[in-house]
Amino acid sequence: MTTRKLLGTVALVTAAALTACGAPATETANKAADAKLRMTVWTSNEAQLKLLNSIADAYKAEHPKVASITFESLPFADYNTTLTTQIAGGNAPDLAWMGDISKDLIAADALVGLTEPLKATEGWKYDDLVDSAAKEFSKDGTLYAYPFSNSPFALYVNTDLLAKAGQKIDPAKLTWDQVAAAGAAVNAKTGKAGFVVRDFDYKSWNTLATVWTGWGAQAWSADGKTCTFASPEMQQAFTFLHDAAFKTKAMPGPGVTADFFAGDAAFTVAQVSRSALLTGSFKFGLYPLPAGPKGKYSVIGQAGVGVLASSKQRDQAVDFLSYLSNPENAAKLAQFFPPPRKSLLTGAQLAANNKVLNAAQLQAAVVDQLPNAVTLPNHTSPAEIAQKGKTALDALWTASADIPAVLNSVCTAIQPVLAK
Amino acid sequence: MSYWTIRRRDVLTGYLFILPQLAGVAVFVLLPVGMAIWYSLNDWNVFTGKQTFVGAENYAALADDPQLPKVLGATALFSGGVVVLNIALGLLLAVLLNRKFRGVTFFRTVFFSPVVVSVVAWTLVWGFLLQDNGGINGLLGGIGIDGPNWLQHGDTAMISVVFTQVVRSVGVNMVLFLAALQGVPGELYEAARIDGASSRSVFGRITLPLISPTILLTVIVTVVGALQSFAQIAVLTAGGPELSTTVLVYYVFQQAFKFNDIGYGSTLALMLLSFVMVLTLLQWQLRRKWVFYEE
Repeated sequence: MTTRKLLGTVALVTAAALTACGAPATETANKAADAKLRMTVWTSNEAQLKLLNSIADAYKAEHPKVASITFESLPFADYNTTLTTQIAGGNAPDLAWMGDISKDLIAADALVGLTEPLKATEGWKYDDLVDSAAKEFSKDGTLYAYPFSNSPFALYVNTDLLAKAGQKIDPAKLTWDQVAAAGAAVNAKTGKAGFVVRDFDYKSWNTLATVWTGWGAQAWSADGKTCTFASPEMQQAFTFLHDAAFKTKAMPGPGVTADFFAGDAAFTVAQVSRSALLTGSFKFGLYPLPAGPKGKYSVIGQAGVGVLASSKQRDQAVDFLSYLSNPENAAKLAQFFPPPRKSLLTGAQLAANNKVLNAAQLQAAVVDQLPNAVTLPNHTSPAEIAQKGKTALDALWTASADIPAVLNSVCTAIQPVLAK
Repeated sequence: MSYWTIRRRDVLTGYLFILPQLAGVAVFVLLPVGMAIWYSLNDWNVFTGKQTFVGAENYAALADDPQLPKVLGATALFSGGVVVLNIALGLLLAVLLNRKFRGVTFFRTVFFSPVVVSVVAWTLVWGFLLQDNGGINGLLGGIGIDGPNWLQHGDTAMISVVFTQVVRSVGVNMVLFLAALQGVPGELYEAARIDGASSRSVFGRITLPLISPTILLTVIVTVVGALQSFAQIAVLTAGGPELSTTVLVYYVFQQAFKFNDIGYGSTLALMLLSFVMVLTLLQWQLRRKWVFYEE
């Protein structure tokens, strides 16, 4: 091979390699005025995606300028990280579902204010929104995300397992102590688990708010500045949980998996929206959370959908959101997600599209719970608080743990983040 | 005389040959390292995209981070454990499987096969096996031993992550050692036998010196690999319980991508890079003392 040929070959290989690296970047976006909207969601449930797509199709039919609306399913466990990485990488979606990341996004002015556009949308009926539902996603009187899901935590009961263990409960007067006693009996007689706080798994400690609220405890003060994790109420609540895990065995211990919906546990605390996981393989009951020493209480987990301020198609995205959340579509979404609209919040309305739960169950477990419900602990920097709290709380999950000392160490770990 | 002398042409040809590789290194290694240095000097609000220059603030934060000493301790324990076990076990397996016996190929395949399994799949399966009511404790229970709750206590969690990492990757070192052992000239063993050398002194005075270049290579590769082990920690323990298995690379991920502190995360990443470089350079320098190269 001559030197010239050789040089030519090398140059060609280099050019080919560089072109291969650069090709995607050089492709220019479609120049047409067609809007392509993308919304990140954490559901991959086919029925839910089908409903979202059907609403999007109807919207596109009315708005020919909108070329496509894509729902991008991201795994729930990494949802916040993936969304943040997309934002940081300049590839933010136009719309996004959001849970505990909302406070950070609102604080950073990364969301578009929705109050004005929604009020201006004909037939949207802004006054129909439940105030308590809008509160979590509002700042200074402006709503930044439509709270499409307001799902109270409820107690699911596997009545088959209770019967097997000869246990009976009275749902009207149910207390946590009774749940623990029945759970321990089920565990002793059948080997199945007693009660499981779903998704806790000895990691996501914020889900334990579904228990400690019954003891009157809170993770931090109302203004979010002061840790209250070591309060006497919290100590009592964690003593109850610790006893359940290590003494009475009413709750499966660390490292033991038990899925209520697979029939492995007598009770579980989970959101009403999880009822879609019931397969009919056992008889079940669904009741409001049991009473704690401080009486009855209710806790909800919320999710909102907002428009990212960085979207290049903001107005179109806001317009689609107002369509997605209008009274008609809110009623359709209500079959999966308890809506934030007063007009839709009756047991009968919610039951209309619900195949698993009846009107009475939905009235008791959802509608009656919403007005006084507290949300799961929510704060800016949620991941850092969750991680630092978990690292400190790990020490609690041994049989000989010093509960007050561990709870104090949780405050030592998270107070600097709260005070930021 | 033309400008393009043969020498100049050769030089140009040489550069053109390494250009594709150089371009790759520049784009995928040097540029990201440069960006990490820049990020480490900034505070970056990922939600707004706003970067504020903070100078050495992130570097000063290293000294004030109460978690960092524990993280470095866990990193040393994990990497040390993985390197020692991996090299020792790899060498032992290679020596055992360097003989001719029925089924030797089968055993070589068995010990190498975890290497080709996806690390996440491998770790997920071990995650189930190591649960309190999982397969390992089931087996131990069968012989009357009450197994510990492997992933929930600091010491057993560290043992678990080291063990799963070593079993998964020991096959690579085993194969490298096998190749090295088979490269040792037979006549040296023959001469040693004639001189009446014991097996131990044959191994210590002939085998080990002659495979020392491979030992150097495997130590460097294993140290670097251990310091970069991320997936098994993320899947198996997520750094817990407490900080017992939070190694530096996982801590970098937490700070940068979970807590959105890209500046501090980049600073930690540069610290990790400097550790890898110093350790590798140190081994490279020390090789003169113990690595034997055949002339």
